[in-house]
Amino acid sequence: MTPAARRGINIVMSGVAALAAALVVLPLLVIFGFLLWQGASAVNVDFFLHLPKPVGEAGGGMANAIVGTLILVMLAAALGLPLGIFGGLYLAESRDRRLPWLARFVADVLNGVPSIVIGIFAYTVIVLPMKRFSALAGGFALAVIMLPIVVRTSEEMVRLVPSSLREAALALGIPEWKVLLRVVLPTARAGIITGVMVAIARVAGETAPLLFTAFGNRFWHQGLDQPIAALPLQIFAYAIAPYDDWHRQAWAGALTLIGLVFVVSLAARVVTSGRFTGVR
Amino acid sequence: MSVVAIPHIAVRTAPRNLGDRILRGVLRLAALVLVLLVAAIVVEMLRTALPAMHKFGWRFVVTSTWDPVAERFGALPFVYGTVVSSLLALLIAVPLGVGAAIYLAELAPAWIRPPLAFLVELVAAVPSVIYGLWGIFVLAPLLRTWVQPFLGATLGFLPLFQGPPYGVGMLAAGIILAIMVVPFITAVSREVLLAVPNTQREAALALGATRWETTRMAVLRYGRSGLVGAILLGLGRALGETMAVTMVIGNRPEVALSLFAPGYTMASVIANEFTEATSDLYLSALIDIGLLLFVVTVIVNALARLLVWSVGGPVKAIRE
Repeated sequence: MTPAARRGINIVMSGVAALAAALVVLPLLVIFGFLLWQGASAVNVDFFLHLPKPVGEAGGGMANAIVGTLILVMLAAALGLPLGIFGGLYLAESRDRRLPWLARFVADVLNGVPSIVIGIFAYTVIVLPMKRFSALAGGFALAVIMLPIVVRTSEEMVRLVPSSLREAALALGIPEWKVLLRVVLPTARAGIITGVMVAIARVAGETAPLLFTAFGNRFWHQGLDQPIAALPLQIFAYAIAPYDDWHRQAWAGALTLIGLVFVVSLAARVVTSGRFTGVR
Repeated sequence: MSVVAIPHIAVRTAPRNLGDRILRGVLRLAALVLVLLVAAIVVEMLRTALPAMHKFGWRFVVTSTWDPVAERFGALPFVYGTVVSSLLALLIAVPLGVGAAIYLAELAPAWIRPPLAFLVELVAAVPSVIYGLWGIFVLAPLLRTWVQPFLGATLGFLPLFQGPPYGVGMLAAGIILAIMVVPFITAVSREVLLAVPNTQREAALALGATRWETTRMAVLRYGRSGLVGAILLGLGRALGETMAVTMVIGNRPEVALSLFAPGYTMASVIANEFTEATSDLYLSALIDIGLLLFVVTVIVNALARLLVWSVGGPVKAIRE
């Protein structure tokens, strides 16, 4: 092949790859555009402050669902974060032989388990014994989904802490547990927070595991042992209903949800920017 | 002359002070809880799916009657729908995802890589229900009025493209799934390519290869098994994806050859009918479908991880 032909192929293939990358990102722009176009007209003060109106009446909002999603995410974080961060610390620091490999593998496999299956699990271990749908069951399901993400990013971030730091602290005679909790963990803090936010952004939009755990509710939340509304659930219910006003509100809800997810994702990015070179 | 007494340096062996032992115990416990949690998922699913497994056995996956009133359950239409929609999604997503990863890791100018990678991350961060909403109100009408009539007119001799254009159906599900899994395939493929040692590239470049030749001969060949792993990870996502598919596939439990026809998937039938399951056997049948889905995704994911690990090593967490 002539050099010119090879250069030509090089340019063509670069173009094809760039086109593929553009096509991967295109749906994001299209969908975000539609959300702005359809959702912006339906977002108003009522939407954020009011309960849903009864079927057939126009107006009302999704205030209960927004609050519900915040409660569910906080519940999930309270259940999942300590376990996840400690699990990650274990994976990065342990000198045990088999458990780290197994736990790492299990975390990655759990990450791939469909969220609806996690929902079934939460249903059988919490909803069935309690005999009712509850915020607790929803929060538990979301915590299980968060767990592997938090474990793996925490592990990665703890590994990025330079060992010279650890050695310096140990050389001063500080016991290992204190080195881990007071030197290693704070150094990795920014990265761990990023992982936590990525996990929160992921579970905030989860719908499938909430269908038969949190279940949804058309009123303000009434305690953790009661069914609770959630933004994704409300969007789903409104999207498949036959009322135009509900469709409009579904778009507004979707715009709110994606705004929430994007803000958290962006914040996650800002927290670590320039901290570690290893973070891509 | 005095001998300098060496203090207890050598004594620092395994069980040190109490704090160390407590922290080690707590950390080990956290890892153990993770492992036990997954074990508990397996046990719970098996326990609750048992009545249906007992009653229907292996016939469950090969019969296509789904009659909750008569309590006769066969999961074939759902298995078929899941497999076909996922394969359709991969058909679209694999070339795009791997191509985008090649661009991001090898061919793109340096300044464009970080923002583009971040955009890909955002595509993955869009919640499933929003893809579903867009699918119902934008994609399905688009398919109904433009794409399906066109495909029917040009490729209508194939059984794949026959039948009335509903918009919602297998084709819509496949496209939505493709959009959703492509960022995962891109992100993991990119990680795999970045894990390929630079000496591979340098060797090819030193021999006078162009960037593309370097990518094709030195990078892609080296990372091949990892790329297969990335595709399998995408497949695992597609198999278990629920909301968006439920909203656009049409939810009709039939095995139809045409991609225009409505279908149903394993995940969607669970999402739609779980809270309506009136009898224990009905619920058990649904959980049986969930168990099947669980087992398949675990196998696909385990295989995928091992393949991806074969390139980058197990320690690096793969960002999806």
